[in-house]
Amino acid sequence: MNRPVAPRRVVRWRSPIRGPWLTSVFALPLLVGMPIVIVTGLLDWVAYGEGQSIPAREDLGGLHLPVFAWPTDPAWLFRLTEGVHVGLGMVLVPLVLAKLWSVIPKLFTPPPLNPVRLLERFSLILLVGSVLFEIVTGLLNIQYDYVFGFSFYTAHYTGAWVFIAAFALHVVLKLPTMVRSLRSRSMRTELATPLADTVPEPPDDDGLVAPDPDPPTMSRRGALALVGGGMLFVGALVVGQFSDGLRRTALLLPRGRTTAPDSTERGGPNDFPVNRTFVASGIAVAAITDDWSLELTGGAAPVRLDRAALAALPQHTATLPIACVEGWSTLQTWTGVRLRDLARVAGLEPEQVCSATVRSIEVGPFAQATLHAGQVLSDDSLLAVQVNGADLSRDHGHPARVIVPALPGVHNTKWVGSIGFVRC
Amino acid sequence: MLRLLAGNAVRLVLVAGCFLLAGYAVVTIVGPGSGGSGPYGTDPSLPWMAVWFLGALVLHDVVLFPLYAGGDRLLTLALRAVPATRVPLINHVRIPVLGSGLALLMFLPGIIRQGGATTLAATGLDQEPYRERWLWLTAALFAVSAVVWLVRTIVTRASSAGG
Repeated sequence: MNRPVAPRRVVRWRSPIRGPWLTSVFALPLLVGMPIVIVTGLLDWVAYGEGQSIPAREDLGGLHLPVFAWPTDPAWLFRLTEGVHVGLGMVLVPLVLAKLWSVIPKLFTPPPLNPVRLLERFSLILLVGSVLFEIVTGLLNIQYDYVFGFSFYTAHYTGAWVFIAAFALHVVLKLPTMVRSLRSRSMRTELATPLADTVPEPPDDDGLVAPDPDPPTMSRRGALALVGGGMLFVGALVVGQFSDGLRRTALLLPRGRTTAPDSTERGGPNDFPVNRTFVASGIAVAAITDDWSLELTGGAAPVRLDRAALAALPQHTATLPIACVEGWSTLQTWTGVRLRDLARVAGLEPEQVCSATVRSIEVGPFAQATLHAGQVLSDDSLLAVQVNGADLSRDHGHPARVIVPALPGVHNTKWVGSIGFVRC
Repeated sequence: MLRLLAGNAVRLVLVAGCFLLAGYAVVTIVGPGSGGSGPYGTDPSLPWMAVWFLGALVLHDVVLFPLYAGGDRLLTLALRAVPATRVPLINHVRIPVLGSGLALLMFLPGIIRQGGATTLAATGLDQEPYRERWLWLTAALFAVSAVVWLVRTIVTRASSAGG
Protein backbone atom coordinates (compact mmCIF):
# COMPACT_ATOMS: atom_id res chain seq x y z
CA MET A 1 0.00 0.00 0.00
CA ASN A 2 1.51 3.27 -1.09
CA ARG A 3 1.84 5.99 1.49
CA PRO A 4 1.51 9.49 0.10
CA VAL A 5 4.96 11.02 -0.04
CA ALA A 6 5.12 13.82 2.50
CA PRO A 7 7.25 16.83 1.54
CA ARG A 8 10.69 16.82 3.15
CA ARG A 9 10.41 18.76 6.37
CA VAL A 10 13.15 20.64 8.14
CA VAL A 11 11.94 19.61 11.56
CA ARG A 12 9.79 16.76 12.70
CA TRP A 13 7.05 18.31 14.81
CA ARG A 14 6.17 15.96 17.58
CA SER A 15 3.30 17.48 19.51
CA PRO A 16 -0.04 15.86 18.67
CA ILE A 17 -2.09 18.66 20.20
CA ARG A 18 -0.74 21.48 18.07
CA GLY A 19 -3.29 22.79 15.63
CA PRO A 20 -5.54 25.69 14.64
CA TRP A 21 -8.04 25.05 17.42
CA LEU A 22 -5.45 25.25 20.17
CA THR A 23 -3.87 28.31 18.59
CA SER A 24 -7.26 30.00 18.42
CA VAL A 25 -8.01 29.20 22.04
CA PHE A 26 -4.74 30.93 22.97
CA ALA A 27 -5.59 33.79 20.65
CA LEU A 28 -8.97 34.61 22.14
CA PRO A 29 -7.83 35.96 25.53
CA LEU A 30 -5.00 37.79 23.75
CA LEU A 31 -7.59 39.41 21.52
CA VAL A 32 -9.33 40.72 24.64
CA GLY A 33 -6.28 41.41 26.79
CA MET A 34 -3.88 43.08 24.37
CA PRO A 35 -6.19 45.98 23.48
CA ILE A 36 -6.62 46.59 27.22
CA VAL A 37 -2.85 46.66 27.69
CA ILE A 38 -2.52 48.98 24.68
CA VAL A 39 -5.24 51.41 25.76
CA THR A 40 -4.07 51.62 29.37
CA GLY A 41 -0.55 52.24 28.13
CA LEU A 42 -1.70 55.06 25.87
CA LEU A 43 -3.79 56.50 28.70
CA ASP A 44 -0.73 56.51 30.94
CA TRP A 45 0.97 58.74 28.39
CA VAL A 46 -1.94 61.18 28.71
CA ALA A 47 -1.70 61.00 32.50
CA TYR A 48 1.97 61.91 32.42
CA GLY A 49 1.34 65.09 30.50
CA GLU A 50 4.16 67.26 29.31
CA GLY A 51 7.70 67.43 30.44
CA GLN A 52 10.33 65.15 31.92
CA SER A 53 11.50 62.32 29.70
CA ILE A 54 8.13 61.44 28.21
CA PRO A 55 7.87 61.98 24.44
CA ALA A 56 6.22 65.36 23.94
CA ARG A 57 2.99 65.71 22.01
CA GLU A 58 4.58 67.67 19.19
CA ASP A 59 7.14 64.92 18.63
CA LEU A 60 4.58 62.17 18.16
CA GLY A 61 2.98 63.23 14.89
CA GLY A 62 -0.50 62.44 16.08
CA LEU A 63 0.33 58.97 17.43
CA HIS A 64 -1.36 59.41 20.77
CA LEU A 65 -4.79 59.49 22.34
CA PRO A 66 -6.57 62.85 22.36
CA VAL A 67 -4.91 64.89 25.08
CA PHE A 68 -7.17 65.83 27.95
CA ALA A 69 -6.55 67.19 31.43
CA TRP A 70 -6.04 64.13 33.58
CA PRO A 71 -8.78 64.22 36.22
CA THR A 72 -8.25 64.08 39.97
CA ASP A 73 -11.42 62.14 40.56
CA PRO A 74 -11.38 59.15 41.06
CA ALA A 75 -8.16 59.32 43.07
CA TRP A 76 -7.24 55.78 42.05
CA LEU A 77 -7.38 56.42 38.30
CA PHE A 78 -3.66 56.29 37.54
CA ARG A 79 -3.26 53.43 40.00
CA LEU A 80 -5.81 51.57 37.87
CA THR A 81 -4.41 52.35 34.42
CA GLU A 82 -0.78 51.75 35.31
CA GLY A 83 -1.52 48.73 37.48
CA VAL A 84 -3.62 47.11 34.75
CA HIS A 85 -1.05 47.93 32.07
CA VAL A 86 1.83 46.32 33.95
CA GLY A 87 -0.10 43.62 35.78
CA LEU A 88 -2.13 42.39 32.81
CA GLY A 89 0.91 42.79 30.57
CA MET A 90 2.91 40.47 32.80
CA VAL A 91 0.10 37.96 33.22
CA LEU A 92 -0.18 37.71 29.42
CA VAL A 93 3.49 36.72 29.01
CA PRO A 94 2.90 32.95 29.48
CA LEU A 95 0.02 33.19 27.03
CA VAL A 96 2.19 34.95 24.45
CA LEU A 97 4.85 32.27 24.85
CA ALA A 98 2.21 29.54 24.47
CA LYS A 99 0.83 31.20 21.36
CA LEU A 100 4.31 31.41 19.88
CA TRP A 101 4.88 27.73 20.68
CA SER A 102 1.64 26.83 18.96
CA VAL A 103 2.54 28.60 15.68
CA ILE A 104 6.27 28.03 15.56
CA PRO A 105 6.07 25.43 12.74
CA LYS A 106 5.22 28.37 10.47
CA LEU A 107 8.70 29.73 11.02
CA PHE A 108 10.03 26.73 9.16
CA THR A 109 7.60 26.63 6.27
CA PRO A 110 9.07 28.01 3.02
CA PRO A 111 8.19 31.63 2.19
CA PRO A 112 5.18 31.99 -0.10
CA LEU A 113 5.67 33.01 -3.73
CA ASN A 114 2.69 35.34 -3.83
CA PRO A 115 4.21 38.77 -3.06
CA VAL A 116 1.24 39.85 -0.94
CA ARG A 117 1.48 36.71 1.16
CA LEU A 118 5.20 37.27 1.43
CA LEU A 119 4.60 40.76 2.82
CA GLU A 120 2.14 39.28 5.29
CA ARG A 121 4.88 36.96 6.43
CA PHE A 122 7.16 39.94 6.98
CA SER A 123 4.45 41.62 9.01
CA LEU A 124 4.78 38.70 11.43
CA ILE A 125 8.33 39.86 12.07
CA LEU A 126 6.86 43.19 13.16
CA LEU A 127 4.22 41.46 15.28
CA VAL A 128 6.44 39.04 17.14
CA GLY A 129 9.39 41.40 17.31
CA SER A 130 7.35 44.24 18.76
CA VAL A 131 5.48 42.18 21.34
CA LEU A 132 8.75 40.70 22.58
CA PHE A 133 10.41 44.14 22.49
CA GLU A 134 7.61 45.60 24.61
CA ILE A 135 7.75 42.69 27.06
CA VAL A 136 11.53 42.83 27.40
CA THR A 137 11.79 46.62 27.78
CA GLY A 138 8.83 46.64 30.16
CA LEU A 139 10.21 43.91 32.39
CA LEU A 140 13.68 45.48 32.45
CA ASN A 141 12.16 48.87 33.34
CA ILE A 142 10.19 47.65 36.32
CA GLN A 143 13.30 45.99 37.69
CA TYR A 144 15.52 49.02 37.04
CA ASP A 145 17.83 47.07 34.75
CA TYR A 146 18.57 49.61 32.03
CA VAL A 147 21.01 47.36 30.26
CA PHE A 148 19.60 48.40 26.89
CA GLY A 149 20.88 51.93 27.30
CA PHE A 150 18.27 53.85 25.31
CA SER A 151 15.42 55.91 26.71
CA PHE A 152 12.80 53.50 28.00
CA TYR A 153 9.88 55.87 27.44
CA THR A 154 10.70 56.67 23.83
CA ALA A 155 11.51 53.09 22.89
CA HIS A 156 8.54 51.54 24.66
CA TYR A 157 6.16 54.08 23.14
CA THR A 158 7.54 53.56 19.63
CA GLY A 159 7.41 49.78 20.00
CA ALA A 160 3.82 50.09 21.13
CA TRP A 161 2.80 51.74 17.86
CA VAL A 162 4.64 49.14 15.79
CA PHE A 163 2.76 46.51 17.76
CA ILE A 164 -0.56 48.32 17.29
CA ALA A 165 -0.02 48.32 13.52
CA ALA A 166 1.02 44.68 13.32
CA PHE A 167 -1.58 43.46 15.81
CA ALA A 168 -4.43 45.23 14.00
CA LEU A 169 -3.37 43.65 10.70
CA HIS A 170 -3.00 40.22 12.26
CA VAL A 171 -6.46 40.37 13.80
CA VAL A 172 -8.09 41.54 10.58
CA LEU A 173 -6.41 38.85 8.49
CA LYS A 174 -6.81 35.99 10.95
CA LEU A 175 -10.17 36.59 12.59
CA PRO A 176 -12.10 34.40 10.09
CA THR A 177 -9.60 31.59 10.60
CA MET A 178 -9.86 31.96 14.35
CA VAL A 179 -13.65 31.79 14.35
CA ARG A 180 -13.65 28.82 11.99
CA SER A 181 -11.05 26.99 14.07
CA LEU A 182 -12.85 27.63 17.33
CA ARG A 183 -15.98 26.14 15.81
CA SER A 184 -14.11 23.05 14.61
CA ARG A 185 -14.00 21.50 18.08
CA SER A 186 -16.19 21.83 21.12
CA MET A 187 -14.51 23.36 24.16
CA ARG A 188 -16.81 21.40 26.41
CA THR A 189 -15.79 18.16 24.77
CA GLU A 190 -12.10 19.00 25.00
CA LEU A 191 -12.43 19.85 28.67
CA ALA A 192 -13.89 16.40 29.19
CA THR A 193 -11.31 14.63 27.04
CA PRO A 194 -8.64 12.83 29.07
CA LEU A 195 -5.15 11.99 27.84
CA ALA A 196 -6.10 8.53 26.62
CA ASP A 197 -8.68 9.97 24.21
CA THR A 198 -6.56 12.85 22.90
CA VAL A 199 -6.25 12.74 19.12
CA PRO A 200 -4.62 15.17 16.67
CA GLU A 201 -6.67 17.79 14.87
CA PRO A 202 -7.42 17.16 11.18
CA PRO A 203 -4.65 18.39 8.83
CA ASP A 204 -4.86 22.14 8.25
CA ASP A 205 -3.81 24.52 5.48
CA ASP A 206 -1.39 26.41 7.68
CA GLY A 207 0.81 23.44 8.42
CA LEU A 208 0.33 23.60 12.18
CA VAL A 209 -0.88 20.04 12.61
CA ALA A 210 2.03 17.62 12.70
CA PRO A 211 1.78 14.90 10.03
CA ASP A 212 3.66 12.38 12.13
CA PRO A 213 3.31 13.28 15.81
CA ASP A 214 4.41 11.37 18.91
CA PRO A 215 1.73 9.85 21.15
CA PRO A 216 0.23 12.52 23.41
CA THR A 217 1.75 13.14 26.84
CA MET A 218 -0.63 15.95 27.74
CA SER A 219 -4.27 16.37 26.79
CA ARG A 220 -5.53 19.65 25.35
CA ARG A 221 -7.31 20.42 28.59
CA GLY A 222 -4.02 19.74 30.34
CA ALA A 223 -2.25 22.20 28.06
CA LEU A 224 -4.90 24.84 28.72
CA ALA A 225 -4.61 24.22 32.46
CA LEU A 226 -0.82 24.56 32.17
CA VAL A 227 -1.00 27.92 30.42
CA GLY A 228 -3.82 29.17 32.65
CA GLY A 229 -1.87 28.02 35.67
CA GLY A 230 1.20 29.86 34.40
CA MET A 231 -0.83 33.05 34.11
CA LEU A 232 -2.18 32.64 37.66
CA PHE A 233 1.37 31.95 38.86
CA VAL A 234 2.63 35.22 37.37
CA GLY A 235 -0.42 37.02 38.72
CA ALA A 236 0.31 35.73 42.20
CA LEU A 237 3.88 37.01 42.00
CA VAL A 238 2.77 40.41 40.78
CA VAL A 239 -0.41 41.24 42.71
CA GLY A 240 1.61 42.29 45.75
CA GLN A 241 2.88 45.25 43.75
CA PHE A 242 -0.41 47.05 44.01
CA SER A 243 -2.08 45.54 47.01
CA ASP A 244 -0.86 46.73 50.40
CA GLY A 245 -2.44 43.72 52.09
CA LEU A 246 -0.70 41.22 49.80
CA ARG A 247 2.56 43.12 49.46
CA ARG A 248 4.77 40.35 50.81
CA THR A 249 3.68 37.95 48.05
CA ALA A 250 5.61 39.88 45.39
CA LEU A 251 8.56 37.66 46.18
CA LEU A 252 10.79 38.52 43.26
CA LEU A 253 10.10 42.24 42.96
CA PRO A 254 11.37 45.17 45.04
CA ARG A 255 7.92 46.29 46.14
CA GLY A 256 7.35 43.13 48.09
CA ARG A 257 9.78 44.15 50.78
CA THR A 258 9.91 46.47 53.73
CA THR A 259 11.90 49.66 53.27
CA ALA A 260 12.44 50.19 56.99
CA PRO A 261 16.15 50.52 57.78
CA ASP A 262 15.80 48.50 60.97
CA SER A 263 13.26 46.37 62.76
CA THR A 264 12.00 49.23 64.95
CA GLU A 265 10.57 51.02 61.94
CA ARG A 266 9.16 47.96 60.21
CA GLY A 267 5.44 48.37 59.79
CA GLY A 268 5.74 51.98 60.89
CA PRO A 269 4.15 55.02 59.28
CA ASN A 270 6.96 55.49 56.77
CA ASP A 271 7.32 51.82 55.87
CA PHE A 272 5.96 51.79 52.36
CA PRO A 273 7.70 51.56 48.97
CA VAL A 274 10.07 54.28 47.88
CA ASN A 275 10.92 55.42 44.40
CA ARG A 276 14.06 57.56 44.53
CA THR A 277 15.86 57.61 47.82
CA PHE A 278 17.16 60.66 49.63
CA VAL A 279 20.72 59.49 49.15
CA ALA A 280 20.24 59.22 45.40
CA SER A 281 18.79 62.72 45.20
CA GLY A 282 22.10 64.24 46.18
CA ILE A 283 20.47 66.81 48.43
CA ALA A 284 22.48 68.07 51.39
CA VAL A 285 20.93 67.24 54.74
CA ALA A 286 21.00 70.86 55.84
CA ALA A 287 18.86 71.83 52.86
CA ILE A 288 15.95 69.83 54.19
CA THR A 289 16.42 70.53 57.88
CA ASP A 290 17.74 73.81 59.28
CA ASP A 291 17.95 75.71 56.01
CA TRP A 292 14.63 74.66 54.58
CA SER A 293 11.92 77.10 53.63
CA LEU A 294 9.14 76.99 51.06
CA GLU A 295 9.03 79.73 48.44
CA LEU A 296 5.65 80.58 46.90
CA THR A 297 5.61 82.75 43.80
CA GLY A 298 2.96 84.04 41.43
CA GLY A 299 1.46 86.76 43.57
CA ALA A 300 2.56 90.35 44.03
CA ALA A 301 5.75 89.27 45.80
CA PRO A 302 7.33 85.90 46.66
CA VAL A 303 6.31 84.51 50.04
CA ARG A 304 8.61 82.38 52.19
CA LEU A 305 7.31 79.95 54.76
CA ASP A 306 9.34 77.95 57.23
CA ARG A 307 8.16 74.71 58.85
CA ALA A 308 6.48 76.50 61.74
CA ALA A 309 4.58 78.83 59.42
CA LEU A 310 3.51 75.87 57.29
CA ALA A 311 2.30 74.01 60.38
CA ALA A 312 0.28 77.04 61.44
CA LEU A 313 -1.80 76.93 58.27
CA PRO A 314 -5.01 74.85 58.23
CA GLN A 315 -4.09 71.17 57.78
CA HIS A 316 -6.10 68.62 55.83
CA THR A 317 -5.83 64.85 55.83
CA ALA A 318 -6.54 62.65 52.82
CA THR A 319 -6.09 58.97 52.08
CA LEU A 320 -4.59 58.76 48.63
CA PRO A 321 -2.77 56.16 46.58
CA ILE A 322 0.55 56.84 44.99
CA ALA A 323 1.35 54.83 41.86
CA CYS A 324 4.47 54.66 39.74
CA VAL A 325 5.35 53.67 36.21
CA GLU A 326 6.71 50.31 37.30
CA GLY A 327 3.12 49.35 37.98
CA TRP A 328 3.26 49.35 41.75
CA SER A 329 1.10 51.45 44.05
CA THR A 330 0.31 51.95 47.69
CA LEU A 331 -2.45 53.64 49.68
CA GLN A 332 -1.43 55.91 52.55
CA THR A 333 -2.89 58.70 54.67
CA TRP A 334 -1.33 62.11 54.09
CA THR A 335 -1.61 65.32 56.13
CA GLY A 336 -0.64 68.76 54.98
CA VAL A 337 -1.77 72.10 53.59
CA ARG A 338 -4.12 72.23 50.61
CA LEU A 339 -2.42 73.56 47.48
CA ARG A 340 -5.21 76.04 46.91
CA ASP A 341 -4.67 77.42 50.43
CA LEU A 342 -1.03 77.90 49.52
CA ALA A 343 -2.15 79.76 46.41
CA ARG A 344 -4.07 82.15 48.65
CA VAL A 345 -1.00 82.62 50.82
CA ALA A 346 0.95 83.41 47.67
CA GLY A 347 -1.60 86.09 46.85
CA LEU A 348 -3.81 84.41 44.22
CA GLU A 349 -7.45 83.51 44.54
CA PRO A 350 -8.21 79.95 43.39
CA GLU A 351 -10.10 81.15 40.29
CA GLN A 352 -6.97 82.97 39.18
CA VAL A 353 -4.75 79.91 39.14
CA CYS A 354 -4.13 78.30 35.73
CA SER A 355 -1.31 75.98 36.69
CA ALA A 356 1.51 75.53 39.16
CA THR A 357 5.10 74.39 38.83
CA VAL A 358 6.45 72.53 41.81
CA ARG A 359 10.23 72.45 42.13
CA SER A 360 12.23 70.17 44.31
CA ILE A 361 15.47 71.03 46.05
CA GLU A 362 16.86 68.15 44.05
CA VAL A 363 18.37 68.99 40.69
CA GLY A 364 17.58 66.65 37.84
CA PRO A 365 15.15 65.58 35.11
CA PHE A 366 12.43 64.50 37.51
CA ALA A 367 12.89 67.34 39.97
CA GLN A 368 9.93 69.41 38.94
CA ALA A 369 6.36 68.92 37.86
CA THR A 370 3.62 71.04 36.37
CA LEU A 371 0.08 70.72 37.68
CA HIS A 372 -2.97 71.94 35.82
CA ALA A 373 -5.70 73.99 37.49
CA GLY A 374 -7.90 71.04 38.39
CA GLN A 375 -4.99 69.35 40.11
CA VAL A 376 -4.02 72.47 42.06
CA LEU A 377 -7.54 73.21 43.23
CA SER A 378 -8.71 69.71 44.13
CA ASP A 379 -9.86 69.28 47.73
CA ASP A 380 -7.33 66.55 48.35
CA SER A 381 -4.29 68.03 46.59
CA LEU A 382 -1.83 68.63 49.38
CA LEU A 383 1.63 69.75 50.21
CA ALA A 384 2.02 66.89 52.66
CA VAL A 385 4.25 67.14 55.73
CA GLN A 386 3.07 64.00 57.47
CA VAL A 387 2.15 60.50 56.42
CA ASN A 388 0.13 58.15 58.62
CA GLY A 389 0.44 60.63 61.46
CA ALA A 390 4.22 60.93 61.48
CA ASP A 391 6.61 63.34 59.82
CA LEU A 392 7.72 62.27 56.36
CA SER A 393 10.97 60.34 56.38
CA ARG A 394 13.82 61.58 54.23
CA ASP A 395 13.20 58.94 51.60
CA HIS A 396 9.58 60.00 51.39
CA GLY A 397 10.35 63.65 50.79
CA HIS A 398 10.98 65.29 54.18
CA PRO A 399 9.99 67.95 55.01
CA ALA A 400 7.32 68.36 52.35
CA ARG A 401 6.12 66.60 49.22
CA VAL A 402 3.21 67.13 46.89
CA ILE A 403 0.44 64.54 46.75
CA VAL A 404 -2.32 64.93 44.17
CA PRO A 405 -5.12 62.42 43.49
CA ALA A 406 -4.65 60.27 40.38
CA LEU A 407 -1.34 61.93 39.51
CA PRO A 408 1.52 59.65 38.37
CA GLY A 409 3.92 59.10 41.24
CA VAL A 410 6.87 60.80 39.61
CA HIS A 411 4.95 64.11 39.47
CA ASN A 412 4.29 64.04 43.22
CA THR A 413 7.43 66.03 43.83
CA LYS A 414 9.46 65.27 46.92
CA TRP A 415 11.71 67.61 48.92
CA VAL A 416 9.72 70.58 47.64
CA GLY A 417 11.61 73.87 47.54
CA SER A 418 9.21 76.14 45.73
CA ILE A 419 5.79 76.31 44.12
CA GLY A 420 5.23 78.78 41.33
CA PHE A 421 1.57 79.53 40.71
CA VAL A 422 0.73 80.77 37.24
CA ARG A 423 -1.97 83.36 36.80
CA CYS A 424 -4.47 82.89 33.98
CA MET B 1 -8.85 35.74 -11.88
CA LEU B 2 -10.47 39.09 -11.12
CA ARG B 3 -11.64 37.77 -7.76
CA LEU B 4 -8.13 36.65 -7.00
CA LEU B 5 -6.78 40.07 -7.88
CA ALA B 6 -9.46 41.85 -5.85
CA GLY B 7 -8.84 39.64 -2.84
CA ASN B 8 -5.14 40.25 -3.15
CA ALA B 9 -5.71 43.98 -3.57
CA VAL B 10 -7.60 44.20 -0.29
CA ARG B 11 -4.90 42.25 1.49
CA LEU B 12 -2.24 44.39 -0.12
CA VAL B 13 -3.89 47.57 1.11
CA LEU B 14 -4.17 46.18 4.63
CA VAL B 15 -0.58 44.95 4.74
CA ALA B 16 0.69 48.19 3.26
CA GLY B 17 -1.29 50.09 5.90
CA CYS B 18 0.42 48.12 8.64
CA PHE B 19 3.91 48.81 7.28
CA LEU B 20 3.07 52.46 6.71
CA LEU B 21 1.85 52.97 10.27
CA ALA B 22 4.79 51.13 11.76
CA GLY B 23 7.25 53.00 9.57
CA TYR B 24 5.58 56.32 10.35
CA ALA B 25 5.82 55.60 14.08
CA VAL B 26 9.52 54.81 13.91
CA VAL B 27 10.41 57.72 11.63
CA THR B 28 8.35 60.25 13.57
CA ILE B 29 9.31 59.30 17.09
CA VAL B 30 12.91 58.16 16.78
CA GLY B 31 13.91 58.42 13.12
CA PRO B 32 14.95 61.23 10.76
CA GLY B 33 12.87 64.30 11.41
CA SER B 34 12.00 63.25 14.92
CA GLY B 35 13.74 66.27 16.35
CA GLY B 36 16.14 64.15 18.36
CA SER B 37 19.83 64.86 18.40
CA GLY B 38 21.82 63.48 15.46
CA PRO B 39 22.77 64.36 11.88
CA TYR B 40 19.22 64.48 10.49
CA GLY B 41 17.38 64.66 13.77
CA THR B 42 17.52 60.93 14.41
CA ASP B 43 17.51 59.57 17.92
CA PRO B 44 21.08 58.27 18.23
CA SER B 45 19.91 55.10 19.89
CA LEU B 46 17.76 54.03 16.92
CA PRO B 47 20.27 51.38 15.77
CA TRP B 48 20.31 49.95 19.28
CA MET B 49 16.53 49.81 19.37
CA ALA B 50 16.62 47.87 16.11
CA VAL B 51 19.21 45.53 17.60
CA TRP B 52 17.03 44.84 20.62
CA PHE B 53 13.96 44.43 18.42
CA LEU B 54 15.55 41.85 16.19
CA GLY B 55 17.51 40.44 19.09
CA ALA B 56 14.36 39.67 21.04
CA LEU B 57 12.97 37.90 18.00
CA VAL B 58 16.13 35.93 17.38
CA LEU B 59 16.52 35.15 21.08
CA HIS B 60 13.12 33.56 21.16
CA ASP B 61 13.31 31.64 17.91
CA VAL B 62 16.93 30.57 18.03
CA VAL B 63 17.64 30.28 21.76
CA LEU B 64 14.56 30.03 23.92
CA PHE B 65 12.41 27.79 21.74
CA PRO B 66 15.16 25.27 20.91
CA LEU B 67 16.10 25.28 24.59
CA TYR B 68 12.73 24.31 25.93
CA ALA B 69 11.77 22.11 22.98
CA GLY B 70 15.14 20.37 23.08
CA GLY B 71 14.96 20.08 26.85
CA ASP B 72 11.55 18.49 26.56
CA ARG B 73 12.92 16.04 24.00
CA LEU B 74 15.79 15.09 26.32
CA LEU B 75 13.35 14.67 29.18
CA THR B 76 11.18 12.35 27.10
CA LEU B 77 14.18 10.24 26.11
CA ALA B 78 15.52 10.13 29.67
CA LEU B 79 12.18 8.99 31.04
CA ARG B 80 12.10 6.18 28.48
CA ALA B 81 15.25 4.80 30.07
CA VAL B 82 13.59 4.73 33.49
CA PRO B 83 11.02 2.01 34.28
CA ALA B 84 7.52 3.25 33.59
CA THR B 85 5.54 4.32 36.63
CA ARG B 86 1.82 3.93 37.28
CA VAL B 87 1.39 7.68 36.87
CA PRO B 88 3.64 9.07 34.10
CA LEU B 89 6.38 11.30 35.45
CA ILE B 90 6.75 13.56 32.45
CA ASN B 91 4.29 16.31 33.35
CA HIS B 92 5.37 16.22 36.97
CA VAL B 93 8.83 17.22 35.80
CA ARG B 94 7.71 19.53 32.98
CA ILE B 95 5.47 21.73 35.09
CA PRO B 96 7.92 22.70 37.86
CA VAL B 97 10.66 23.22 35.26
CA LEU B 98 8.40 25.51 33.22
CA GLY B 99 7.26 27.41 36.31
CA SER B 100 10.79 27.90 37.55
CA GLY B 101 12.03 28.83 34.09
CA LEU B 102 9.25 31.35 33.57
CA ALA B 103 10.01 33.03 36.90
CA LEU B 104 13.71 33.05 36.05
CA LEU B 105 13.05 34.69 32.67
CA MET B 106 10.65 37.32 33.91
CA PHE B 107 12.53 38.27 37.06
CA LEU B 108 16.05 37.70 35.77
CA PRO B 109 17.54 41.10 36.67
CA GLY B 110 16.85 40.64 40.37
CA ILE B 111 17.93 37.01 40.39
CA ILE B 112 21.26 37.63 38.68
CA ARG B 113 21.66 40.93 40.50
CA GLN B 114 21.91 43.19 37.49
CA GLY B 115 20.95 46.85 37.82
CA GLY B 116 21.81 46.92 41.49
CA ALA B 117 22.96 50.52 41.58
CA THR B 118 19.81 51.87 39.94
CA THR B 119 17.63 49.65 42.12
CA LEU B 120 19.32 50.93 45.24
CA ALA B 121 18.96 54.55 44.21
CA ALA B 122 15.31 54.07 43.41
CA THR B 123 14.05 51.78 46.12
CA GLY B 124 16.65 51.95 48.86
CA LEU B 125 16.92 48.17 48.63
CA ASP B 126 19.54 45.76 47.36
CA GLN B 127 18.83 42.71 45.20
CA GLU B 128 20.08 40.25 47.75
CA PRO B 129 17.11 38.02 48.51
CA TYR B 130 15.80 37.31 45.00
CA ARG B 131 18.18 34.56 43.98
CA GLU B 132 17.56 32.62 47.17
CA ARG B 133 13.81 33.17 46.93
CA TRP B 134 13.78 31.91 43.36
CA LEU B 135 15.66 28.80 44.41
CA TRP B 136 13.18 28.19 47.22
CA LEU B 137 10.31 28.77 44.80
CA THR B 138 11.80 26.18 42.45
CA ALA B 139 12.17 23.72 45.31
CA ALA B 140 8.57 24.35 46.36
CA LEU B 141 7.31 23.77 42.81
CA PHE B 142 9.13 20.43 42.63
CA ALA B 143 7.97 19.46 46.10
CA VAL B 144 4.33 20.15 45.31
CA SER B 145 4.65 18.29 42.03
CA ALA B 146 6.16 15.30 43.83
CA VAL B 147 3.38 15.27 46.41
CA VAL B 148 0.73 15.44 43.71
CA TRP B 149 2.44 12.58 41.85
CA LEU B 150 2.49 10.49 45.03
CA VAL B 151 -1.17 11.18 45.72
CA ARG B 152 -2.11 10.29 42.16
CA THR B 153 -0.08 7.08 42.36
CA ILE B 154 -1.78 6.05 45.59
CA VAL B 155 -5.22 6.87 44.26
CA THR B 156 -4.53 4.96 41.04
CA ARG B 157 -3.29 1.93 42.95
CA ALA B 158 -6.32 2.04 45.23
CA SER B 159 -8.75 2.30 42.34
CA SER B 160 -7.06 -0.46 40.32
CA ALA B 161 -6.91 -2.70 43.38
CA GLY B 162 -10.58 -2.06 44.11
CA GLY B 163 -11.65 -2.39 40.46
